[in-house]
Amino acid sequence: MADLTVDLAGVPLRNPLLLASGIWGETGASMASAYAAGAGGVVTKSIGTAPRTGYANPTVEPLGPVGFLNAMGLPNPGIEEYPAEIDVARAGGAPVIGSIFAATPREFAALARRMAETGVVALELNLSCPHARGFGSEIGRDPRRVERIVRSVVGAVDLPVLAKITPNTADPAGLARAAERGGAHAISAINTVRALAIDVDLARPILAHGLGGLSGPAIKPVGLACVWQIYEAVQIPIVGIGGIGSAEDALEYLLAGARAVQIGTALSGPGVALFGTIARELSARLDALGIDRWEAAVGRAHRPAPGPSAARSPFPGPSRMAEPRGTP
Amino acid sequence: MTPPSRTIVPIEAVTPETPSTVTLRFPWTAGARPGQFVMVWIPGEDELPMSLSYPEGPLGGVTVKAMGETSRKIQDLRRGDRIGIRGPYGTPFDLTPHRVLIVAGGSGAAVLAPAAEAARREGHSVDVALGAVTAGELLFRERFERMGARVEVATDDGSEGTRGYVTPVADRLLEGNPYDALWTCGPEVMMRRVADRAERAHVPVICSVERQMKCALGLCDACALGPYHVCVDGPLLPWERLKDLEEFGRSYRDPAGRRKAYGPGRP
Repeated sequence: MADLTVDLAGVPLRNPLLLASGIWGETGASMASAYAAGAGGVVTKSIGTAPRTGYANPTVEPLGPVGFLNAMGLPNPGIEEYPAEIDVARAGGAPVIGSIFAATPREFAALARRMAETGVVALELNLSCPHARGFGSEIGRDPRRVERIVRSVVGAVDLPVLAKITPNTADPAGLARAAERGGAHAISAINTVRALAIDVDLARPILAHGLGGLSGPAIKPVGLACVWQIYEAVQIPIVGIGGIGSAEDALEYLLAGARAVQIGTALSGPGVALFGTIARELSARLDALGIDRWEAAVGRAHRPAPGPSAARSPFPGPSRMAEPRGTP
Repeated sequence: MTPPSRTIVPIEAVTPETPSTVTLRFPWTAGARPGQFVMVWIPGEDELPMSLSYPEGPLGGVTVKAMGETSRKIQDLRRGDRIGIRGPYGTPFDLTPHRVLIVAGGSGAAVLAPAAEAARREGHSVDVALGAVTAGELLFRERFERMGARVEVATDDGSEGTRGYVTPVADRLLEGNPYDALWTCGPEVMMRRVADRAERAHVPVICSVERQMKCALGLCDACALGPYHVCVDGPLLPWERLKDLEEFGRSYRDPAGRRKAYGPGRP
């Protein structure tokens, strides 16, 4: 059986499959269920300094096989109440990554300190929610602000810091570079892709907020391209997110450069049992590919084997797989 | 996995059921089963989870109590107004039990009436303990009687039937009859009391549960109840899953996900 364990910026994970932020992460019991079902770890809902109810419904619009459009509006119980949920998740054994959102570097740092006291193993900075005024991608599409926020948080806590960046920009890799300059220990990419649905009969947007973010199968190629470009731009590890619902999807992200992945939308239907399913499939598929460790194949598609041998054996043996990153 | 998409439908009829409840009927071809719910979008206002009081079509329907601002806005809707419906979602009733006791508190009858009708169509016997604050608020009493169910009534003010809560009526029926299922919907404290008694009588209980709802797709965690999500694991949940949940009957989560205690409840 292939080894699925991951070292994510110093955080050991039993497998690379993480619960994505915003999904099942409002309550501790749900996060504990995700871990019990086979996730390698969980990312909390994005937590702010004060409670927020989020936008009015409709907050979600199903778009058939394309995926889901959503604008939740960052609902969360606030950092004062939320640690009780983290306690429940941790009691179930889950490594918890605390997602936070704020408007300024100072506010981010204060929130990060509070979140760090809860026993989370790392922080993920939401610099990418595509539809919240004053938060998320509104600040996270400016590389200088990304750098300042990351630097402020990294200076405030003694935990690995993941910067979750937006795809809604001309240069996602530039944002990742900015985060790396600020001292980020890893990049999470991507958040949802800004999107809209209009009801023709009523001639109005369906979501109460109007604009939303697209998740699900349609954004997998977008996420892959971002991870691909970011891999070539930074040295820190990448957590791939966007449209992952199978072992094959996870492997695509792995080969594009992701060291771990997050799963969200695909849980609609199968629920968290999907984590166990994908973990099993992943092991079997890696075995079939002749890869003994998940981590050994990070970014492998950036340096395919040259010449005719490529067609016969894209993974030509353990000695080649031990190559350090960046080798031609 | 392709969840049901949204359809925009014109309201065909608006029928007041009691002074505080109204039924909206609309063209409906999705073929829902009793117990399931839909997300009802009132454009420009809100979108709310509602159990189908008429699940099967060709005219679907929901029956709503006037609580909260949006429910009042629903009462302002008129024939011809357009609303959005997505669903059906959630678990339907299992219609195999032969002798069913239904315990409905207030607007809980909205989801239980179509379930009772379906059970009657299967030839099963249905008894109903129906409770409300006052006689005029007894929801779907005639509908239950029309389908051939035995109906016993309780009102808080004693204006009809037993004075007080519906739970003693349910207790009495449980003592005298060999039911093989109890279906209940109403205030959670009521359901907890009723289910506890039924368990002692070895009658399996199904509770129809309500929680804050946003996506209705099993993702957003707004409707989390212990390890369950009411939108996909419910809204019907067997008592065995509920009884050990500290929250059931005691607390709920607000739209921010904060835990809130239920006010002093009706037993």
